[in-house]
Amino acid sequence: MIKTIAQAALAVNEKLKIRKNSIRNGSGKTRLSIVTGIHGDELEGQYLAYLIGSRIQENIEFLDGTVDIYPALNPLGIDSITRGIPLFDLDMNRVFPGSKEGTMPETIAAAIIDDLHGSDICIDVHSSNIFLKEIPQTRINVSTAETLIPYAKMLNVDFIWVHESATVLESTLAHTLNSMGTKTLVVEMGVGMRITKEYCFQLLDGVFNLMKNIGMWSGQTVSVREPIVSLNRSVGFVNSDAAGIFVPCAEFGDHVKKGQLIGQVLDPLTGKAAADIKAVCDGMIFTLREYPVVYGGSLLARILQADENGGEKFEK
Amino acid sequence: MTKEIIYTLKSPYRENLDVTAFRFGKGEKAAAVVGALRGNEIQQMYVCSQLIRELKKLEEKGQISPDKEITVIPCVNYYSMNIGKRFWTMDNTDINRMFPGYDMGETTQRIADGVFSDLQGYEYGIQLASFYQPGNFLAHVKMMETGFTDKELMKLFGMEYGIVRNPRPYDTTTLNYNWQIWETKAFSVYASATDSIDVKSAETALEAILRFLYNTGIITKKVRSGYQTEIIPEANIAQIHSDAAGIFVSTAEIGGIVNENDIIGKITDPFDGETISLIRTNFSGIVYFEYNSPLINENTVCFKIIRE
Ligand SMILES: [Zn+2]
Repeated sequence: MIKTIAQAALAVNEKLKIRKNSIRNGSGKTRLSIVTGIHGDELEGQYLAYLIGSRIQENIEFLDGTVDIYPALNPLGIDSITRGIPLFDLDMNRVFPGSKEGTMPETIAAAIIDDLHGSDICIDVHSSNIFLKEIPQTRINVSTAETLIPYAKMLNVDFIWVHESATVLESTLAHTLNSMGTKTLVVEMGVGMRITKEYCFQLLDGVFNLMKNIGMWSGQTVSVREPIVSLNRSVGFVNSDAAGIFVPCAEFGDHVKKGQLIGQVLDPLTGKAAADIKAVCDGMIFTLREYPVVYGGSLLARILQADENGGEKFEK
Repeated sequence: MTKEIIYTLKSPYRENLDVTAFRFGKGEKAAAVVGALRGNEIQQMYVCSQLIRELKKLEEKGQISPDKEITVIPCVNYYSMNIGKRFWTMDNTDINRMFPGYDMGETTQRIADGVFSDLQGYEYGIQLASFYQPGNFLAHVKMMETGFTDKELMKLFGMEYGIVRNPRPYDTTTLNYNWQIWETKAFSVYASATDSIDVKSAETALEAILRFLYNTGIITKKVRSGYQTEIIPEANIAQIHSDAAGIFVSTAEIGGIVNENDIIGKITDPFDGETISLIRTNFSGIVYFEYNSPLINENTVCFKIIRE
């Protein structure tokens, strides 16, 4: 059933509406929420939302509980290829928990939280941005790692990135819901403004595996991959010090050695290379720059360091 | 006066972004003033340009106190200004959400770091700031309550109002907040306009900054005294929200006195012109902010009133 969970009048003859598809079956009380589209330039979640909704509806007899799908938390952003909320120049993932008495973005945020609160699990699907491509991964704040890692492992991602807390991240959807006791997993995959079918299907298998594990899906599922769990410090960042166009020679997912050439920053005017870009550590490239034009500081790659800094350490 | 490029960023397709500081006097780091961090902060850059002109004269006349140094950075993000953009040209990030910055990080983190490392160690820091929302506002000075800066110091600006803000999570990455964490007493001066120049309120802001520099003994040229600043916690400022969407007209005046239940604006239907909402104030007080775009959505802050 399609429901409007929040709305606000726009200046001229239109209402902004946040909608969800609430799919239920059986007598089970378990509720899974799939949210995406907080950032209007991230579209991988659109296809994933479609795939989940379509598979459940075709096999509704296997569902016991409720799956709520919210494909577009920032519909105006998606509509206009705008990352934030158009007009407000505001990153929607910095306005949570919002406020019932607040401004339009705040009241919408508060209504979203109200509606999501009480889900057994919430999955917030992001796809990096237009600049970077990401391997399917779950990002977890270190303070919620113990609770969330078991669920993140069900999702068929390649990588679980446990990161440090930062005050500024307290206003995200995931932080807000987690601090209210609604377990929320942030998924990052692919690249902005594109759909990577392969990743969407990978996550699709993960979502159904999770549904089976929490007792709300009795249909067929496939076994999922074991993700690498990481702490913040086991990630190497490669930022450009030069300006120009970045042309990689390494591939996404490659295992590289420290000092190995992974690409060049080139100057189209002089026909000269402005910089050779080398791996800062041994490991696997799990983030790679997709958008070629770079300034000093532009992130080119993230490298997940080899095993000794990997998951074992966190799990002791 | 000396002029110094404090941070340079290479661009693949444009001239370098050279963030430029103007220094006056010599000696202990007394005060730093920062103008436009965003591409639409034209008024903020303009106030700094007028301040630089004034300080040049004072320096020539020997009216900057011995052993005091003043730094003014009129504009950081002129790249965006030159292409009519508010945030960073490429990735749309806000430099004023990147402090204290990180020299190994992303482009705007590096710019913030380059600027912030030059701004450390000053006793006083003044930022010409703008509101996130579009609108006109009453010139005022503001500070963030971090426990580090004495609120009473705001009185030295002699502006009508000094507002105290309790920082929210997103404030922790602003210049003002980080200045205080690094032990500079930091203030934000708001000079009414943002993307246009309002000469009168620019003069008010300029005079307030000079008055502050005089009252703290950094310059010796006397500045006529200003208002007895009223210190107001942000909680005492009421927000009035639109309860409809359409065409917005304000009938209030910035700085004007309003009484409870007064009509201060209206919203009309964009197609048939009928009035669909009369905006009334729930409080008596002073109009501190008015929304200034002709189109308004529902639940938009259209006025802020300093409650009596
Ligand atoms: Zn995102």
